[in-house]
Amino acid sequence: MPDSSSLLSPVPATSERAVQALIRYGLLWVLALIVVFFSVAEPAFLRVGNLFSILQSVSIVALLALGVTLTMAVGGLDLSIGAVAAMSLMIASYVMVVLGWGAVPAVLISLAGGALVGLLNGWLIVKMRVPDILATLGSMFLVIGVQLIPTGGRSIAVGMTLPNGDETEGSFSTLFLALGRGRLWDIVPIPVLITAVVAVAVWLFLERTRVGRLFYAIGGNEQAARLAGAPVQRFKLLAYVLSALLASLGGLLLAARLGRGDVSSGNGLVLDALGAALIGFAVLGAKKPNAFGTLVGALLVAALLNGLTMLNAPYYAQDFVKGLVLVLALMFTFGLAHRAR
Amino acid sequence: MSTPVAVAVEPLIRVRELSKTFGSNRALERVSLTIYPAEVVALLGANGAGKSTLVKILAGSQSADGGEIAVDGQPRHFGSPLSARRVGIVAVHQQINEGIAPGLSVAENLLLDELCRPDADFWLNRKRLLERAAKIAAGLGLVLPLEAPIEQLGQAERQLVVLARAFALQPRLLILDEPTAALSDAEAQRLFGLIDTLRSRGVAILYISHRLSDLQRVADRAIVLRDGQLAGEFTARQLPQAVQAMLGQALQDHVYTPRAAGRKVLELRGVKVLPRTRPFDLSLHEGEVVVLTGLLGAGKSEIAEVLFGLRKALAFSVQLDGADWLPGSPREAIRSGVFFAAEDRASQSLVPDFSLRRTLTLPFLERFTRGGFIRNRAEAAAVEAQVAALGIKTVGIDVPMSALSGGNQQKVVLGRWLLGAGRVLVLDEPFQGVDVRARREIGQLLRDSADGRATLVICADVDEALEIADRILLVRDHAVVAEYPRAGLDRATLVAALAGTDADPIPLHATPRSRASA
Repeated sequence: MPDSSSLLSPVPATSERAVQALIRYGLLWVLALIVVFFSVAEPAFLRVGNLFSILQSVSIVALLALGVTLTMAVGGLDLSIGAVAAMSLMIASYVMVVLGWGAVPAVLISLAGGALVGLLNGWLIVKMRVPDILATLGSMFLVIGVQLIPTGGRSIAVGMTLPNGDETEGSFSTLFLALGRGRLWDIVPIPVLITAVVAVAVWLFLERTRVGRLFYAIGGNEQAARLAGAPVQRFKLLAYVLSALLASLGGLLLAARLGRGDVSSGNGLVLDALGAALIGFAVLGAKKPNAFGTLVGALLVAALLNGLTMLNAPYYAQDFVKGLVLVLALMFTFGLAHRAR
Repeated sequence: MSTPVAVAVEPLIRVRELSKTFGSNRALERVSLTIYPAEVVALLGANGAGKSTLVKILAGSQSADGGEIAVDGQPRHFGSPLSARRVGIVAVHQQINEGIAPGLSVAENLLLDELCRPDADFWLNRKRLLERAAKIAAGLGLVLPLEAPIEQLGQAERQLVVLARAFALQPRLLILDEPTAALSDAEAQRLFGLIDTLRSRGVAILYISHRLSDLQRVADRAIVLRDGQLAGEFTARQLPQAVQAMLGQALQDHVYTPRAAGRKVLELRGVKVLPRTRPFDLSLHEGEVVVLTGLLGAGKSEIAEVLFGLRKALAFSVQLDGADWLPGSPREAIRSGVFFAAEDRASQSLVPDFSLRRTLTLPFLERFTRGGFIRNRAEAAAVEAQVAALGIKTVGIDVPMSALSGGNQQKVVLGRWLLGAGRVLVLDEPFQGVDVRARREIGQLLRDSADGRATLVICADVDEALEIADRILLVRDHAVVAEYPRAGLDRATLVAALAGTDADPIPLHATPRSRASA
């Protein structure tokens, strides 16, 4: 058969192979180049302390990005993650500072709140058949609004005055603050540790488990997955709940680091997380959402921003740089891959 | 079958030494051919022989690496489908959904080319649009719901819309790639009538099909490609030789070996698919292959959908192995051992970017899982065994499905369901886009593996039906209306039964009655 004989001799031309290599390893090379460049330009860049500060700065965004990777795997998108993180931060602060409860109820109630938003997203998408972007955009606004109501739109700080004139008596427990500020062996920040564990778990889940494989099947062709017997609705719901839970966890780490319930602190997270997950498409030529790529994407942006800051680049250039990296990565993924065919 | 190839007639298209290479794969190697006005040329070739590449180059959607194309003696280079269309070359590709724009109405789809023209009016004139569309449809004798969204049409009606669109462009060379793949015999006959009309108006037609009966009906001569090279030109009378040239060796006549029917597996009683349709009975037995045939829009797929939990039937009783049974979802159906491979492979069975391995194990992944994790080695072993058992031609199990030919893709889809020990296997048009040899192989695999389960194949093509069936059920208006045992059944009887009575005119494909099924 002609088609089989052609399959048996896959010897692409050199130029084609170069393009293939560029698509596959391009972004990893860029990451390596960034590290080399900054360590030459500013030797302090490579100090262990600074490397961990890069990881620390990236850990929360990476958590959210891993969550959105899961929803992208089922062919969806979760825009509400930033709002969920902010809500989680406000819930935890409210529970500890206003209600005066401990760290454990604060964490549990925050996560429960996150899961609830995930269920709402999933229900809107699966049962109400609202398109994913619209459903999560709607719930994003809803959640941003809801978290402002209990405090009348004010941030929560220890000893603040409530709308009814009372002064709060609770405070952030040290156990809770350790989540954001503690270090393992005095060197590895706890948030970095948590994110690393979650990243490995998400990677294993998507690459090695049956449910992960079915996530990709649903994302690739929902009808084919349904006809092959996959519980499509249940798994999509699961993806949105997991995404919201991870966002919630990210919000908790942020609250623990800040030590206050800052109403505006979750806002920038959603775009950074989406960017990291999208850059991840280009890593190793995956062309699909994947945990490893997401992590590399988040690291790439963080290393770049850290290095630029060290070189005294203006802070307002940050968004421009992020955008540039994202656009270049998307070019790698889609543009070059298309031409290589 | 008169071919007006007089000496005086100038060729419409002359292709000389056309070559095209993809990577290391030579898709076309120095192919030369000539097409005259007012003739139907069949283009034959097994999957991967280079037919699609040749068509794409002629239609301007790909450019050749070498060689030249001359139209009316003038050398031409097509940079885009539009430039090919300017000289009158129009192609209708096999993928129907590439030819329609969802979200637009049927009328808008019919006039899509007109709407896309840069000199088209800025404002849409709804009334004029409908009038124009009605004229195009009427010119071809089609009755279409012009104002309905195109999504409401079934595959066959969509195919006819796409064809009508091509006809409306008033082509000089019309390229048709498997135009009857989604059509039943009656619809195909209508299409052939249209082709005859076009030919008499001087239009040249390049016709690609795996169906010999189609070619015998319409082709004036045949050009055969094999491994990217010209393997010969044949007259209409030499079609068997042409097929031989296409395959490189003779295809043996199919010999029917009956299989004994065993225990009753599935029994449907008084099933009504739609409120207004007649109730019918249907029973399937272990070991036998039953074909469900009928015209397009007769409701064959709908009956299968009831069995797979995709559609609610009315007033019925269904028994599986003697127990009352009715699945609420595909998942439930699969759990009880009823498997279904849907009609449109690309949109209903395959996941883009999924490798052969992943595609094959998708429904029964649980088997290769321990504690939620996939056991890679067990999965690979099972996939490799299945690839060997079904004779799937591939360089490995981790290649993307798009690297396989249509026939091999279909084998993977079949192989995935053979992994499960099913009670009932339902295949909807398993031979679409599959060449003759692969079709025979798949039919044989199906029959060889039929022990221990009941097999139901939906198949509008009479020859395909006769090749694989032990029993043929005729479906009309969403009900099984007649049953024919294979032994002693000849083609003519079946064709007559399909068409209603011989004297009756062939029913229109898109009368309101059959549309209700879409």
